[in-house]
Amino acid sequence: MLDTDPAKKLSFNRSISNGDLVIVYERHDNMKAVTISEGSVLQNRFGVFKHSDWIGKPFGSKVFSNKGGFVYLLAPTPELWTLVLSHRTQILYIADISFVVMYLEIVPGCVVLESGTGSGSLSTSLARAVAPTGHVYTFDFHEQRAGSARDDFERTGLHNLVSVGVRDIQGEGFPDEFSGRADAVFLDLPQPWVVIPSAAKMLKQDGTFCSFSPCIEQVQRSCETLQTSFTDIRTFEVLLRTYEVREVKMDGVEGNESGSNGSHPCKRRLCSDGSNVVSSSISSVMARPCGEARGHTGYLTFARLKCLS
Amino acid sequence: MSENNAIINGRTTWEGCSVLLDINDGDRLVFARLSNAAKLKIGNKNYSLQPLIGCAFGSIFQAESGPHGPFLSHSIQGNDKTEEMKEGQVNDEPRDNRALIDNNTAQSLTGDDIEAMRREGARGNEIIEALIANSATFETKTSFSQEKYRLKKQKKYAPKVLMRRPVARSICEAYFKKYPTKIGFLRVDTLSLLLSLANVSSSSDVLVVDMVGGLITGAVAERLGGTGFVCNSYLGKSPHSMDIVRIFNFSDEICKRILRSSISDLLSQNESPEQVLEHTDVCNPESQSNEQTCPSVSVEKISLSSENGISDLGAENTENTNIPSKRVCKAAKAGEKAPPEVIDSWKEDGFSSLIIAAPESDTWTLVKDLLPLLSNSAPFAIYHQYLQPLATCMHNLQVGNMAIGLQITEPWLREYQVLPSRTHPCMQMSAFGGYILSGTKICDIANSIST
Repeated sequence: MLDTDPAKKLSFNRSISNGDLVIVYERHDNMKAVTISEGSVLQNRFGVFKHSDWIGKPFGSKVFSNKGGFVYLLAPTPELWTLVLSHRTQILYIADISFVVMYLEIVPGCVVLESGTGSGSLSTSLARAVAPTGHVYTFDFHEQRAGSARDDFERTGLHNLVSVGVRDIQGEGFPDEFSGRADAVFLDLPQPWVVIPSAAKMLKQDGTFCSFSPCIEQVQRSCETLQTSFTDIRTFEVLLRTYEVREVKMDGVEGNESGSNGSHPCKRRLCSDGSNVVSSSISSVMARPCGEARGHTGYLTFARLKCLS
Repeated sequence: MSENNAIINGRTTWEGCSVLLDINDGDRLVFARLSNAAKLKIGNKNYSLQPLIGCAFGSIFQAESGPHGPFLSHSIQGNDKTEEMKEGQVNDEPRDNRALIDNNTAQSLTGDDIEAMRREGARGNEIIEALIANSATFETKTSFSQEKYRLKKQKKYAPKVLMRRPVARSICEAYFKKYPTKIGFLRVDTLSLLLSLANVSSSSDVLVVDMVGGLITGAVAERLGGTGFVCNSYLGKSPHSMDIVRIFNFSDEICKRILRSSISDLLSQNESPEQVLEHTDVCNPESQSNEQTCPSVSVEKISLSSENGISDLGAENTENTNIPSKRVCKAAKAGEKAPPEVIDSWKEDGFSSLIIAAPESDTWTLVKDLLPLLSNSAPFAIYHQYLQPLATCMHNLQVGNMAIGLQITEPWLREYQVLPSRTHPCMQMSAFGGYILSGTKICDIANSIST
């Protein structure tokens, strides 16, 4: 996904090869991650697609099935990955992810601690932000989940940037080896306040902290605990409203005798009763918010380690 | 490399370093460059910024007056005040304001008394304590309003200066709060979405049209961390301002990765195979090897030298109060004209992604021109304050079958006050952070059918 190998970099000359991870795009709400394997096929409602037909095509190609149905083959990005990954837990979505990365001031070279790993949706974006010289250490107490996350990072090619540890962070705190080494700490845990003292210990001076909690009661307790060694404590909620765009043809019919209708394209036709009717068809592109949206994901509480020097 | 990282992640200031000074919890925000000569004016006094050099970002300074005039003293962040706040339980508070009479007689200390205290060398905090001791009503206030009183007096008599690191987040927030028009009302969450949606990552070549003062260029360069390139492109002959880039403390390595190019230079010489296919020219892709000998090379070199004067302006100060920086500070020299060989490599490989924030240009015209410069499957994100240009652009992209995954989104950001028994959304919020059109470029139909 993050191609440090220049030969793998997205380019006009880069084409899909055996072993590549591609995102198969049917529609904006229907995508699937596929690892290309020469003898394999993809079967969906559009028919059967042979992987071998895809090899050698550029990313972004439209490819056809045996029945003439088509899909697009896209190069993976953390945003697309978030839409296709297998949900082992509730995951973070783009609005929260983007805001977290920016607000934690994560840049290349940073060391970031995260718990829990969950499905690795945020970890993928954290990895992108710290690349090529930084590292993300992510912890989950669920051994199988940690294993699946590790497999995913291998598959997306991020294994050099993310290490997954099996550890009960709420019970044990972060490992001592990271003391004073972290630029940022991110928590998505049921009782984040328990971990705040450990997070403070891990952070460099002026280091950034974020906790994601769905419930305000969790936020309340976290903020109280943060007062001791953190400053600049701020809680946000970030949501997205999406818009649908449509070209609408509107008919304006006026029954008048002399039809000079300004700039609109007019069609003049004779009605059966012999009178002149000006029928103007105006076509315009209009946008409106989509009817349904995610109403709540979680509260994001940010803070900065107090500067004691 | 490690030295560069030390600068990027630099957590301690140095002489010539750019800082964001937050005076009295965001009442004033000032960008400054630290030097022995630099001064900050608070109220009617000038404070030297010299004591800030070599201190950790996040340090707090208190404005004090001493025998040699006013000075900023480094103060340790205690948790005394927050402890008091915690005790202020609203619900079981017996006190209220029923007896409060607003007749301006509560304070028995006069302005002259305070001046006298100052002359005798009283510190700001001592003046505040004296004001509280001489206030007839302080004791009757609820602890919440006592805290408010204390804070108000602190701002006046013991101003606090918090030294923040100038990074994309703090720069965007400072501008959004004080000078939103300069950054096209681009809110920090919107900026963060643009960077994500355009998959800005190390080693990528990001094409930007930045008419928001250089904020996007700087934010992208920060994410690239000295790898890849950000190409700040512009229509016509004169590049857009990128003053904001100089506020970041970018290392030379990062500055070298910020290049400028006119859009016409990017569109000329259709040597890459993609361009050739697109215009169905009968042209041999092998001709790429000849591009170094193109006549345009010499032209670009000439204009290169005339570009050099742009960047050096000395101290940055959004407040336009006087922070004289007599010393010529070493400001980041970013935004050189893209050399022809780099432009050629962009043409050959295509850009990895595109970000547009150009409120003053027609969105569709720009997108139509720039999209072919992107690699296939490259994502793009376009910011606009108005919905209609994006809706039109999205419709045209759909009709032209040029991109998929098209979506217009509007971020919404609400901040909360979280206090014991007093948690609620903040009373004031930004109601609008702009719109983003995002999507992924796909191969030309002709191209994908033929292969």
